[in-house]
Amino acid sequence: MSSINVPPEAQFRGRGRLARWLVALLILALTIQFFRIQILKHTTYALRSDENRIRELPIPAPRGTIYDRNGLVIVENVPGYSIAVLPLSVDSLRVVLDTLASILGHSTEKVERLMDNYRQHPNRPVTVESDASFAEVSIIEERRAVLPGGIVIEAAPKRHYLMGDTLAHVLGYVGEIGDSELELAEFEGYEPGRTIGQTGIERVYERVLAGTPGIRFVEVNALGRLVGEFRGRQTEPAVPGRDLVLNVDLELQRRAAELFPDTMAGAVVALEPRTGAVLAMYSAPSFDPNVFIGRFEPAEWRALNTDPGRPLFNRAISAGYAPGSTFKLVLAGIAMSLGEASRETEMRIPCRGALQYYSRVFHDWTPAGHGVLDLSGAIRESCDVYFYQLGIKLTLNRVLEEVPNFGFGTPTGIDLPSELSGIFPPDTAWYTRRYGRRGWTNSVVLNLAIGQGENVQSPLKMAQYFSALAADGTLPVPRVSRDGPVSEPGFELPLSDEQLAVLRSALVDVVNSETGTARGSRLRRWTLAGKTGTSQNPHGDDHAWFVGFAPAEDPRIVIAMIVENGGHGSSAAAPIVSRLIDFYLERQSVEGLTAEAAGR
Amino acid sequence: MKEKVHFNIGDPVIFALVLGLSLFGVAMIYSAGEMEIPSQVTGIWMKQATWLVISIVAFALALRIEIRWLEWVTPSAYVLAILGLLLVLAVGSGDGPRSWLRFGAIGFQPSEFAKLATILVLARLVAARERSADSLWELWPFVVVASVPFLLIMAEPDLGTAAVFIAILIAALYWSGLSMAKLLLVVSPIVSLALAFSTPLWGVWLLLIVAFLYRTRSYLSESIAVVLANVAMGVVVLPVWRSLATYQQVRILAFLQPEADPRGAGWHLIQSQVAIGSGGWTGKGFTLGTQKRLAFLPEQHTDFIFAVVGEEFGFLGIVLVLLAFAVILWRIVLIAERTEDRFTSTVAFGIFAFWLAHLVANVGMTVGLLPITGLPLPFLSYGGSFLLISFVSLAIIQRMASERRSGG
Repeated sequence: MSSINVPPEAQFRGRGRLARWLVALLILALTIQFFRIQILKHTTYALRSDENRIRELPIPAPRGTIYDRNGLVIVENVPGYSIAVLPLSVDSLRVVLDTLASILGHSTEKVERLMDNYRQHPNRPVTVESDASFAEVSIIEERRAVLPGGIVIEAAPKRHYLMGDTLAHVLGYVGEIGDSELELAEFEGYEPGRTIGQTGIERVYERVLAGTPGIRFVEVNALGRLVGEFRGRQTEPAVPGRDLVLNVDLELQRRAAELFPDTMAGAVVALEPRTGAVLAMYSAPSFDPNVFIGRFEPAEWRALNTDPGRPLFNRAISAGYAPGSTFKLVLAGIAMSLGEASRETEMRIPCRGALQYYSRVFHDWTPAGHGVLDLSGAIRESCDVYFYQLGIKLTLNRVLEEVPNFGFGTPTGIDLPSELSGIFPPDTAWYTRRYGRRGWTNSVVLNLAIGQGENVQSPLKMAQYFSALAADGTLPVPRVSRDGPVSEPGFELPLSDEQLAVLRSALVDVVNSETGTARGSRLRRWTLAGKTGTSQNPHGDDHAWFVGFAPAEDPRIVIAMIVENGGHGSSAAAPIVSRLIDFYLERQSVEGLTAEAAGR
Repeated sequence: MKEKVHFNIGDPVIFALVLGLSLFGVAMIYSAGEMEIPSQVTGIWMKQATWLVISIVAFALALRIEIRWLEWVTPSAYVLAILGLLLVLAVGSGDGPRSWLRFGAIGFQPSEFAKLATILVLARLVAARERSADSLWELWPFVVVASVPFLLIMAEPDLGTAAVFIAILIAALYWSGLSMAKLLLVVSPIVSLALAFSTPLWGVWLLLIVAFLYRTRSYLSESIAVVLANVAMGVVVLPVWRSLATYQQVRILAFLQPEADPRGAGWHLIQSQVAIGSGGWTGKGFTLGTQKRLAFLPEQHTDFIFAVVGEEFGFLGIVLVLLAFAVILWRIVLIAERTEDRFTSTVAFGIFAFWLAHLVANVGMTVGLLPITGLPLPFLSYGGSFLLISFVSLAIIQRMASERRSGG
């Protein structure tokens, strides 16, 4: 073993061989390691090399334009800029965001929110500002050399609502998708930073309007700076959203907004009775949806949200009011359908301004009373005493049973979100649950009979019911969009054509007869029919109703209007509805004549 | 007639391969500068090409030096090297370790020269004794000669370069014919150093050493010295660890766990592996490596030049370069084996160890087999003084080859 006496040269030989084998062994070991990395794990590392340098930038798809029924543009896109960051790491992103915050005026909360976005989706670009001004973009471009890498500025079409607050509630508005929305099935496949319809038509027809964003593949260097397009993968172009044509008549809508009393709250809904097409829908007070677009000040949002007038609330479909005397048409309909009344039916007790029912006295709206009236006259003069007795005659149980057959208690099915389905007691047990066994009596039917009490309906619902009266007894499904999904067949009222004619002629009398409650609102050229109503309001002045349609012979428009705290329907609501209907029909006839002339 | 050729370049295979690798190195350094972002590396290949010309001239000159004369000049060279290292500590520059001496535009690393000088001195020590050492105590001059530059370079601090001196020392002892048992005992404290981080492992190692000493019936004083050295290494390792510069600690930790901090210390290693791994069989093509182009790969012209080779020429390119190195090293050992003169033979083997250490440390680091030490790859990495010393070393080997041929 000892090498002491081995001659030097032989000794080198033995050790040399060992050293050469060591070289071979080491080179082999290295080669094996390279083989593992370059060949066996090639796919993994190739992918990582791509992930290192290739970023997917979304190309925003322009949303579809929205038109009114006459082809006027209501909502369009205007050029805008978005600012995104391609982050390298949490730390580098923070540096970029802090720098940008000073240029864009972002709050620390906003920066934190963006940081959270990044932590959840580290491989996606972080949209810092979806609506940057030209000035801000210029500043960033000027300072690009000194700013941290990874800032991307891109053209991003932004929404512009040409009508401002005129059509706000119907259209809704768009905004960045929220965390909770990302989890909804409705928004499957959506990514953070996407702009979505938040409410209104924008929300309901999101899938139509939105289109599909494209993807651009870009190459970044180790500093996160954009080097250029990545040629290895084809850009997937954005598919623009489809346009949408609404049933809304912009001129009528504008008129409705103008005519609505400035300081008052309430709503107007105009329908085409046969089709359910929503010709106009206005809720007051309104708001300008443009404030929600892009740069969005939390203060403005708070102001809109905490405004006691609740401007974001669509009163036309989401607010509930006691329908008041407009509901007498439902009672009359029930009575006729059950054979309990016809046009000539008179009540036992003539109207002397009040009716005593057991120990309680129920007043008529006029202390003078209406004397002896038939059903038609009771509608015309809106006689409460007549309808008290009709309610007693029908009995509470039958009223509760029949009202749903006239379409109440179910939503109309309009293509807008957050519709109120209406409240009407389903049975007497409901009263017991609510007030206790001894907390109520059958006298509730007297209140129900004149549209007061436990009855809450939206203006849209009343418009839908009157559409059925105006047309052929079919409750149309209201449609804002002309191109929306085909609506289910409407709900049929259990009334014969003759019975409908009785109700219609009574409604004509309301406006056109000497003793009608809305006599002041009659029109020279058209036969306006309708019904006034007063919704009793324990918190203040009563709400004023009017639901009318014209021309009575062949109704082409139904308008329901409520003015909160407006007092009587005859003075606060009927004159406005009358002018709107006149405006609409006049324009239609002019257009008809023009079309006729052009056709010839 | 071959005898009429006066200019003999020695082993033509080694020369051709080294020249080939060096030219390939210039090409790779050119590629390293081809980036998407402005880089200081761009255009640096011309400097390397200039250094290559200088190195070839130096090679031609050095080839005329007789080995005897080299033996004679050895002590002064060593002293000069040590003075250089001291000078670096006093006035050196560099980010990270201070290893540079600057004369205007030209920088020089005395540590490179020190490697060669140390090899020469150790070879003289080997030649000075007729037979290999009986006792470990006889080895003290070897240890001192290697330790002086080792400690001076540790003080820069440049752990990787310092470690090369240990490799050279071990190689010289191995070549001196020291019995494997004794060689093991000499190396044992270094193993203790590595194992000291795990007390049970270190304990087992210590027991093995003791058992080994007992079985080989070593001298008592020698045994005590070995055990004490092992114990000392085990004990001092923690204070030494603390005394390391932060970047060194971070590099070692990153080697052990690169994914723990992928954006920080593990970055180099991960990006190097991604570059190499994404190269596949044939690579992405000359100058087209994306990891390099987009600056994901750090130190692409020096420490990680081999990762550029891997990314742009793939596994096939890697195998060719490794084969070239294998042939060069293999043939140097053959030259060392066949040289009867102990001094000459040991110098050749020392240069072999020097290049092998650099090759394995550099290539091993690019694929995560070894910690990142910053040792350049011979002939390929950018660096003038390293190239120059490598070519001078080559000249010595070629001279031996030709002397042996003509003399033998």
